[in-house]
Amino acid sequence: MKILVCISKSPDTTSKIAFTDGDTKFDENGVQYIVNPYDEWYALVRALELKEAGGGTVSIITVGTAADDAIIRKALAIGADEAVRIDAEPTDAYFTAMQIAEYAKSNGFDLVLTGKETINYNGSQVGGMIAEGMEVPFISLASKLEVNGSSATADVEIVGGVQTVEFGLPAVISAAKGMAEQRIPNMRGIMAARTKPLNVVAPADVSALTSFTSYAMPPAKSECKMIDPENMDELVELLHNEAKVI
Amino acid sequence: MSTLVYINSNDGLAKNALEAVTYGKKLGGDVNVVTTGGADEATLASLGEYGAGKVMVDRSVTSNDPGQIANVVKAAAEATGATTVIFSHDFIAKAAAPRVSVKLKAGLVSGAIDVPEGNKVKVNVFSGKAFGYVEVNTDTKIISLLPNSFQPEAGGSACGVEEFNGNAGEAAIKVIETKKPEGDIPLPEAELVVSAGRGLKGPENWGMIEELASELGAATACSRPVADIGWRPHHEHVGQTGVAIRPNLYIAAGISGAIQHLAGVNGSKVIVVVNTDAEAPFFKAADYGIVGDAFEVIPRLTEAVKNFKAAN
Ligand SMILES: Cc1cc2nc3c(=O)[nH]c(=O)nc-3n(C[C@H](O)[C@H](O)[C@H](O)COP(=O)(O)OP(=O)(O)OC[C@H]3O[C@@H](n4cnc5c(N)ncnc54)[C@H](O)[C@@H]3O)c2cc1C
Ligand SMILES: Nc1ncnc2c1ncn2[C@@H]1O[C@H](COP(=O)(O)O)[C@@H](O)[C@H]1O
Repeated sequence: MKILVCISKSPDTTSKIAFTDGDTKFDENGVQYIVNPYDEWYALVRALELKEAGGGTVSIITVGTAADDAIIRKALAIGADEAVRIDAEPTDAYFTAMQIAEYAKSNGFDLVLTGKETINYNGSQVGGMIAEGMEVPFISLASKLEVNGSSATADVEIVGGVQTVEFGLPAVISAAKGMAEQRIPNMRGIMAARTKPLNVVAPADVSALTSFTSYAMPPAKSECKMIDPENMDELVELLHNEAKVI
Repeated sequence: MSTLVYINSNDGLAKNALEAVTYGKKLGGDVNVVTTGGADEATLASLGEYGAGKVMVDRSVTSNDPGQIANVVKAAAEATGATTVIFSHDFIAKAAAPRVSVKLKAGLVSGAIDVPEGNKVKVNVFSGKAFGYVEVNTDTKIISLLPNSFQPEAGGSACGVEEFNGNAGEAAIKVIETKKPEGDIPLPEAELVVSAGRGLKGPENWGMIEELASELGAATACSRPVADIGWRPHHEHVGQTGVAIRPNLYIAAGISGAIQHLAGVNGSKVIVVVNTDAEAPFFKAADYGIVGDAFEVIPRLTEAVKNFKAAN
């Protein structure tokens, strides 16, 4: 089985969020990038488990510039066979997804895994768009994935519960918490990652449909009102009359 | 200008469906609703009260198959000449809206929190730590509205309902089993949430949290370490890597307020924090703070809610 895992980067979760150039650009000053946790902890690790159990290959793919090679090596250290970088700025989800769909179609993958969302733009767009581009099923927000030959089953999130679904391959699956357990890269993995192939591929001709034009910080939260721990009647009164939430 | 709102009516009309129709109305122009699912005609006609001019229902789609839903939405958008297509950003929209975007070659904005200004739409980015403005470069735009950003506004009267054949095609995804815990309030939909963290010391101490939640009619949630060590079920974990929620009220007991936890709850309208440590970072994000022991404060709060309910 050939598995393709989509890897994106996101600022380390403790990064300070700020903007520059008249609030039109994310301020990267001092920001550490990590592999987007959903892509690394769930999608990639599950792909590796499937390979370990049933054979095949795991490739990772990133739409990005040479600046992303460090992140790609980090993901390789967890343990994929090879990496592909589509050499372009990922301007929007549509642009990114069409690049990946094109690559996946022409290289015959059985499974394409994405994370549930990137933690910077929280779009949850790329996976579904890849599936539409490949004209295959999209299984969204899966917390469990099992493959049986040419079909697969997954547990997916629904309002207030989970559903077990079955579908044919190839398919695109977005991975949510629960699909696998986070793996910590070991020294051997880190060493091996240095020499694994990282193929840089020219982008297909696609135009973005959307663009981020500016950003703003939310208004500062007003002072927290401190309440006497002995006096919960006051809290209930405030929640009812002042905050109007109960 | 013509707006199309997709709603799922498999389980009747959820609040976020009414929010999406209300939002559609705010854009001005015609509002048509397209729906899949089994709701009866009278229920669907009631969407007129929130601003729908017409409801088109394709009853051939009975599951949440995103491929089928996307086909129906595309057909309805073409049939009505829609310039804006609206979803509520729930699990169905996350699966189907990207497919519609590619089919129509129309820009998708997900997590919108305000009405568009021209072709710019305001969204949450960086897990709620900032706002972004997304410009759509195509004639048709698709907007996936963040739940609980607008409240439903009724005022109009019932509208017409017509059967619609959206050429859904075959379902590619077969449902084998559906598991819904009985009686629990689903966390993503809950308006009131009571949550607790490692400060509670052990799973045996969650009784008081459940009692407060049940007294309020709230859902329960927890911090990540608590779900990881198995004190609470995984689906209760909120934060960056768990569920992101936007309830009207979030009560957090024994949670320090780490940035990754805040990322999942900072969209809450009102936050109440109970912590023994006056320096806990959560107080900076709170509206009401109580420096105290959760083991004393929570039962006292439950009592106060009981008394309040008895008096009102
Ligand atoms: C990449 C990444 C992603 C993460 N994602 C998430 C996420 O999605 N969600 C999440 O929650 N965390 C997440 N975390 C973990 C996060 O950083 C914190 O470690 C975690 O939120 C702490 O949980 P806690 O507040 O329950 O525990 P602690 O940090 O141990 O805090 C316990 C608190 O309880 C207070 N306390 C103790 N006794 C009492 C008492 N009797 N009464 C009242 N208060 C008391 C203490 O003063 C303390 O503030 C993530 C971390 C990383 C690195
Ligand atoms: N530039 C990118 N390169 C490769 N995969 C990406 C990229 N951006 C997003 N993805 C994948 O798509 C998923 C969803 O991203 P998003 O739609 O931005 O929330 C991520 O978790 C990644 O798996």
